Formats: sequence, structure tokens, C-alpha cells
Amino acid sequence: MQQLVMTLIDGINLGSVYALVALGYTMVYGIAKMLNFAHGDIIMVGAYTIVVFISRLAISVPLAMFLCVAFCAGLGFVVEKLAYKPLRHATPLSVLITAIGVSYLLQNLALLFFGTNRQFIVKFINVGSFDLFGVSVSGISVIIWVTTIVIMLGLYIFIKKTLLGRAMLAVSEDKGTAQLMGINVNRTISITFIIGSALAGIASILYSAKYLNVDPYTGSLFGIKAFAAAVFGGIGSIPGAMIGGLMIGLIEALTASYLPFNLNAASDGFAFVILIIMLVLKPTGLLGKNYTEKV
Amino acid sequence: MKKLNSKLYRNLIMVAAAIAVYAFIAYGMNTNMLPRATQTLAIKACYNVILALSLNLIVGFLGELSLGHAGFFALGAYSGCIFSINSSLPIEIRFFVAALIGGTVAAVGGFLISSSILRLQGDYLAIVTLAFGEMIRSFIKIIPYTGGTSGLNGIPSLGSKFMTFSYSYVFVIITVLVIRNIVTSRHGRAITSIRDNAIAAESVGINIKAFKIKVFTVGAFFAGIAGVILGHYINFIEPANFSYNVSIEVLVMVVLGGMGNLLGSIIAAVIITFLPEILRGFDKYRLLIYAIALILMMLAGNSPKIIELRAKAKVKIMMLRRKALARKGA
Amino acid sequence: MKMAKRLLALTFALLFLAVGFAGCKKNDTADQLVIGGTGPLTGEASTYGTSVKRGAQIAIDEINEAGGINGIKLKFIFEDDEADGTKAKAAFEKLMDNGMQIFMGTVTSGAGVALNDAIKNEGLLHVTPSASQIEAIISPNSFRICFNDVDQGKAMAEYIYEKLGFTKAAILYNQDDSYSSGLYEAFKARWNELGGTISADTSFPKSATDFNAQLTKIAGSDAEFLFMPIYAEKAAQIVIAANSKNINLPVIGCDGLDGILNYLQGDNAKLVEGLIYYTPFIASDPSENVKTFVAKYKDKYNIEPDQFAADAYDAIYVIKAAIEKAGLTVEDTKLTAKALGEKLVPVMTQIEVDGLTGKMTFSESGEPTKSAKVAEIKDGKYVAKE
Repeated sequence: MQQLVMTLIDGINLGSVYALVALGYTMVYGIAKMLNFAHGDIIMVGAYTIVVFISRLAISVPLAMFLCVAFCAGLGFVVEKLAYKPLRHATPLSVLITAIGVSYLLQNLALLFFGTNRQFIVKFINVGSFDLFGVSVSGISVIIWVTTIVIMLGLYIFIKKTLLGRAMLAVSEDKGTAQLMGINVNRTISITFIIGSALAGIASILYSAKYLNVDPYTGSLFGIKAFAAAVFGGIGSIPGAMIGGLMIGLIEALTASYLPFNLNAASDGFAFVILIIMLVLKPTGLLGKNYTEKV
Repeated sequence: MKKLNSKLYRNLIMVAAAIAVYAFIAYGMNTNMLPRATQTLAIKACYNVILALSLNLIVGFLGELSLGHAGFFALGAYSGCIFSINSSLPIEIRFFVAALIGGTVAAVGGFLISSSILRLQGDYLAIVTLAFGEMIRSFIKIIPYTGGTSGLNGIPSLGSKFMTFSYSYVFVIITVLVIRNIVTSRHGRAITSIRDNAIAAESVGINIKAFKIKVFTVGAFFAGIAGVILGHYINFIEPANFSYNVSIEVLVMVVLGGMGNLLGSIIAAVIITFLPEILRGFDKYRLLIYAIALILMMLAGNSPKIIELRAKAKVKIMMLRRKALARKGA
Repeated sequence: MKMAKRLLALTFALLFLAVGFAGCKKNDTADQLVIGGTGPLTGEASTYGTSVKRGAQIAIDEINEAGGINGIKLKFIFEDDEADGTKAKAAFEKLMDNGMQIFMGTVTSGAGVALNDAIKNEGLLHVTPSASQIEAIISPNSFRICFNDVDQGKAMAEYIYEKLGFTKAAILYNQDDSYSSGLYEAFKARWNELGGTISADTSFPKSATDFNAQLTKIAGSDAEFLFMPIYAEKAAQIVIAANSKNINLPVIGCDGLDGILNYLQGDNAKLVEGLIYYTPFIASDPSENVKTFVAKYKDKYNIEPDQFAADAYDAIYVIKAAIEKAGLTVEDTKLTAKALGEKLVPVMTQIEVDGLTGKMTFSESGEPTKSAKVAEIKDGKYVAKE
């Protein structure tokens, strides 16, 4: 019994990281209607900035965190400006391929600068674990959960209450009409992108605090799972990203722990099976908007 | 009458081109005029062309974004090659039967997945197909007779590189013929109408669901055949050969070649096959250059300036042609 | 659109011609033997390929600086195969185009198995430094420097059961890696035969960054030790994660764990105190040849060499020994790969090489016979365990 509870907690902790990453995917998708395949790789770059700032240059942790987020946002700005903005009117597929290209580009740049070896990061957020009903819960996981929920609420309030947020909502509903209402669609999408990248920066801080290592492929591998989480919950839906992340995390923990040994070797396949079943039953994900196409 | 002639003329050119390419490579292989790296890549190009054509049918003509082509590729490769290892037929016949089995198993996979996800659209379809591919790759590890993680060993060879290339080339020709016939037939027009406007297509009585299933099944069939060629070419397959990166690479071929453009897919597949080889001298910059090239090509293909230039060029050519015609007429 | 098509066709034709005639240069200087190698220099397995390339280069430079072998100079060319079978195939052919006469590759098993047919057809001498899967050297002209997975898994099971006296195992392996799953299978079979029990049997996919669920399972079992037949990089991640879950089982692994201290700096190095692994090579070995190699390697590449580098270094010296045994002269450098293979392959079973990874001889099947060491990490250093 205790074993099960501990496994569930593992799943919830893993899910929190997926949820945090999925938030970024879902926000950009929800507003710009674009699958940013490179989102995971921006997180990877963020983790490398942590390596540089904290492990190599040893500057103070809060400053390093700030610089990391700033760097990611800046990177997002540059990527958006150079690669995505010229494709505003291109087919979604061209944008997707470009995003894949950006993803490869970031991976290989990291490879060039930092080599192939996995970089390990010194522990920079020191919170111990504490006992909860006899089960040990790691402090960093609690921080990740709190951050994820705060970001979720923050995004919610931002989109509902601020002018810029409502402009984003308008753009996501109907670009043409938004333009007529005097919203600068192009700029709104760019800003969405920068916010998404800043979220990636935050995710990269917490990711590196939890796992303490990074290699050039971290982002893409983790990104795919987080992307699956976003779709599971209904891409574009912010609470959906949370639930999706949680579900994928739980499924992974349970399959890794409870599959008999002869099925164990395929443990990473089960998350995908459940994703497929989910989408077959509910084609737009758990909390996704149902839309009917009109003539 | 005139129309018929031009069609015949075009077909003749295509046949001549196919024969010329084959003759060139066959000559180069038999005399060893072609470098050996080029010779092996010619075989790789064959199955990449088949993959690109079959994915183009799904993505370019039907307009459904599929990121799971590696899954069909894997199904065909494993089923065909397991047959090939355990059969005692003469190798030539065995290869064709294996291709048929591999294609069929992959087609069944395509049928099952497409009929269960008919309600999905756009990005949801993309992620489900991606999940499907990863699921296949993952489950191969625990299915008996597949060799698991260590890979499937001892797949018979078709003999020399030249023989392997020749057999693969036959399948390329078959794929081109079948897919070309599908897209130029009534079915093909129905399929493209679904892509362009599904609601309008349905309103004129086109059974969207049936066509979607058909296209996925046919696409998966050819991807399966490509898998069998892969197996007999490297004589060894492992789950790592079928990761989602493969699906993406094939998608890149389709997009570079132009969606719904068969000739484009063929050319792009060949280029993408040879590109890493051309960039070999650059070692660690190779993948970097590949990534930059990818982005630049997408930007160039979609930038308003280049589109404008292209349109201008088109108009100019039309004007010239008209002038020439007018002169002829006079 | 038409113009675009034509442009594409034109580029295609040009590219094709470029590839068609590139790489047509043959071995230029007469008194050189060309040794080729392939391994991953990019992609997820690139650390191994990079180490092999470096280790081999050091050996080649040493030999050439000492005047070559009977006046024969060695030339080393190395191509990237991204640890992928199809890429390895192209890389191998590329090496043949460039006049390769002896093959020192592949680094990884999957790529090696994919080349079996080609290597057999070419008939050239093939020495792989590190492809450990049984099937990687089924061609009669193939030899390897490292231990194979089956022997190593078995030996480890016996060592743990008989020498350390443990009976309850927890296993954590990489389900996407043939090296790891091969060792796992072999270990498990022998372990059950011996009468040991497996208390926790878990694996992770290569994409994994989180090992908590697996570790929870291990922590909840009654295992006496944790057997991890995986590479050092992942092992370092797992050891750190295990520490934060307060798991203190002794960690035991195979030769893949070599180099784990490269990943664990500062306090983290204490986490692997007492870690035991099976290895042919220990970088802190006091013997003279290891010392000079480690010093040279560190000097040149600014990192401690791992087992892959040592294997590659030995592979080159094994090739050198074969060349000496066969009595090749400068004249013989003009021979084709096949003709050289006919001279070199038969003498492989007659040579004995005292390398960084121990004194080794080779059997007819291509497997090395050499004594393995069991190493332990003590005070942040690898030391031999008797």
C-alpha cells in the first residue's frame, strides 16, 4: 500500500514537470495556433544557461534564474523574428517544419558549444524533503507544483483581465476580426511567443533544480512527452495542460513500477497507448474545445 | 486528340527518364565508376522515395498531417523480414513475397489506425499518428521473434548491391505507377477535394471516411514495402531504426518536394538521402547546416518576396510564349 | 512552379554529380596503410565514438612518431555513423572509397551487426574496439577488444553470487540499448541458474530523465544490491536520484560504468563510493603504459580517458601486432583490403598483445581472451578489487 502511494507521488511529481512544460506548448498553440516543436529545446538551452551561470561562473542564484528567464525570452524573440514571423501566412505544415528545423538547430548549437557529454549541475535550490503521513515528499516537487499552479492562475488572470490578454484571446478566436478591432495581430502573436519562451525559461530552472543535469537532446525527448500531455488535456486549454501532464506522469510511474518484467521493456509505449485511446474517445482531448466546421 | 498526344508524350518522357536513371546507375555500379558510398545510397534513396511518395499521398493529397509513418515502416520491415528469415523459397521470390507480406501487415495497421481516428483532425491527428509510431517501436521490444531491443539479425541479402538496387528499383516504379494512377483517377480528384474542402466534398456525395481509410491503407502498404527493402539492404533491423525522427525526415522530404507533387517528392527524397553524405566533410557542423538549410528552404518557399518574384517570372514566361505563338501564327 | 521544379532538378543533378565523383581519391602515398573506423560523432551516442576516435588517434600518432611498423606508416580515417545501421553502411563504403585497408570499427553494436555482410564480403581485417553484442563479430574476419555481453553478464552474476555473497538482486537497465538489455538477459539467466532471486526487475526508456518510479520499486523490495548494466552517463543520473530518495544499496555494474566519476563532481563523487564494476581498464592503474596513455590523453583532450578510448588504443596496437606477425613490408601497402585480410586474419589467433586493457589473445571466433578486473571506487578513485 505504501509502495503504491509512493509510486503515485512519483507520478504526480513527474507530472508536475510535464504540466509545466505543457503549459508553454498549450499557450502558444492556443493563441498563435502553432505547434512550437522547439519549445522543449528552448528549455534545454535554459538549462545550459543555468550550467554556465551557476556551475561555471558561480554568480548568485536569484540573478542566475533571472538571467536564465531573460535569455530564454530573448531567444524566443529572436527565433520568432527570424523563423516564424516571415511565415505568418504560410500553411501550418510549413511552420511546423520550420519549428522542427529550429529544434534541430538549437540541439546542434548546444552540441557544438557544450559537447556531447551530459552536463551535471550543482544543487542550487536547497530544500530538503519532508514527511507527509509517513511518506517522504521532495521539496523541489512541491515548489514545482506551486509554481505550475501559480503560472496557471497567472495566465488565466492575464488573459481574462488585461488588455493585452484579451487581445490575445481575440486573436486566437478570429485573426481577421481582431485586426478590424484595431489589434496589432502580428505583435500580439510575437508577444505570446515571448511569454511562452519565458515560461520555458522558468520550466528550465525547475527542471534543472529537480534533475540536476542536461544534454543537448533533453529538450526534444522531454518535449514530446509534454506535447502529448498538452494534447491529452486538450491543446489550447490551460487547465487541460495541468491534467494532461498529471495523467502522463502517473501513467509513466505506474507502468514503470507495476508492469511485470516481460512487459517492462515497453513501459514507454503505454503512455502513448492511453493517449490514443483517450483521443479516439474524445477527439479534442479532455478539456479541448469542440468545434464544428461551418461552410 | 491533341490532349491525348501530350499525355502520351509526357508518359514516354517519364518512362525514358526511368530507364535512363536505371541504366546510368546500373552501369556505374557494374563498372564501379560510381563511388561505393553512392552505390549504397542509391539503394537507400529507393526506399526513401517510396516512403516519401506514400506519405505524400496522405499528407499532400489527402491533407492529413501524419507523423507516424515510421510505424508503418516498422510493421512492414519486421513482418516481411521475419518471413524472409524463416522461409526457404529462392531469395528472389522470397523477397517479393516478403514485400507483399510486409506491405499487407502495414496496410492492416494503416486500416486499423485510420478507421479508429476518423474523428480526429489537424494537430490531434498528428499527435495520434506520432503516438502510434512510438507505440509500435516500443512494443517491438517485447514481441517475440522480433529480436527485441538487440534487433532482428540475419535477414538474407539479395546478393550484390546491384541486385538489391535492381529489386528496389522495381518497387519504386510500381509505387510511382500505382500512386500516380490513384491521384490522376476519379479517386484522386475525390481525395484532393477532401483536402481542399471537406464539407463541399461531402455535399457532392464523396464518402470522406471511406476515402480517408483507403488513403491511409495504401500509404501504409507502400511504407511497409519500404521497410522490407530496408531490412534486406542492411540485413539487420532494430527498433531504433524506426524512431519518430524517421517520420519527420520523410515529412521533410514531402514538404520540400512540394505537397501533392510526386516528382518533387522523388527529387527531395533523393536529395535528403545524399545531403548528409555531401556534408560529410563538415563533421560536427553537418547537422547544423542541415537544420539551417531546412529553415532557409521553408523561408524561401514561403517568403512573400520570393512568391512575388515567382509570379512575375510566370507572367513573363507566359508573355514570351504568347508572343512566340503570335509570331508563329503570323 | 515549373521553374522551381526545373531548378530543383538541376540542383539534384549537380549534387548527384558532386557525390558521384567526390571521394574518388585513392590512397595517395605509397608507404601508408589506411585504417578506417566508424562510430557516432554526432547524436546521442556521440561520447563513445569521440572517445574511440581520440584513443585510436593517440596510438596512431605514437606508432608513426616511432617510425611506423617496418617502415609502414599508418593513416587513420574516421567517419561518423550516428550509431545507426544505414548510416554505418554508407560510412563504411565511404571508407572503402577512400582506400581503407583495415577496419577498426564500429563503436556500437547495432551499427556493427548491420555491417556484418559487407565486412564478410570485403574479407578485410576487422577489429572492433567496443561492439559487445555477440552477433557483432559473426564474420570470420572480425575480432573484438571488449568482452561480449553474454560472457560479461555471466561473469558478473558469478562474481556477485560467489564472491560477494549476495542473493537478492534489484536490476535497472536501459530498455532501448542493446548493450544494456543483452547484459541484463545474460545476467538474469545465470543469476537464476545460480539460485539467486530477483527482487525488483525494472527498466527505463532511453528518453527517461526521471527514475523515481523505478527507484521506489527498488527501495520497496528486499534487494541487497542494485545491478545496473548501463553506461556511466545514465548511471550518474540514477545515483543522484537514488541519493535524494535515500536509497543506499551497493551499486554494481559492468564495463559501461567506467568513467562515472567524470560526471560526478564535488560532493556527488561520494555517492558512488564503493561502487563495483567489471572492467578491463582502470585509468588509475599504476602500470607504466596506462600512466603514459592517460597523461597523453589528458594533455591532448583535457578529459580523463574512458574504457572506449583504451579499447580503441589497444585495437590499433592489436592491428600493429598482426602486421608485424604477418611480416608485412612497405611493398605490401599497395595490396587491396582483401589481400591484406588474407595475410592478417590468420595471424590474429597467434598474437599476444599486452595492452591498456590487459594481456590478450584472440580465439578463432574473434573473441578476446583476457583477464578482467573488478574495480571499486575508493576515496573518489578507481582501484582494482582483488
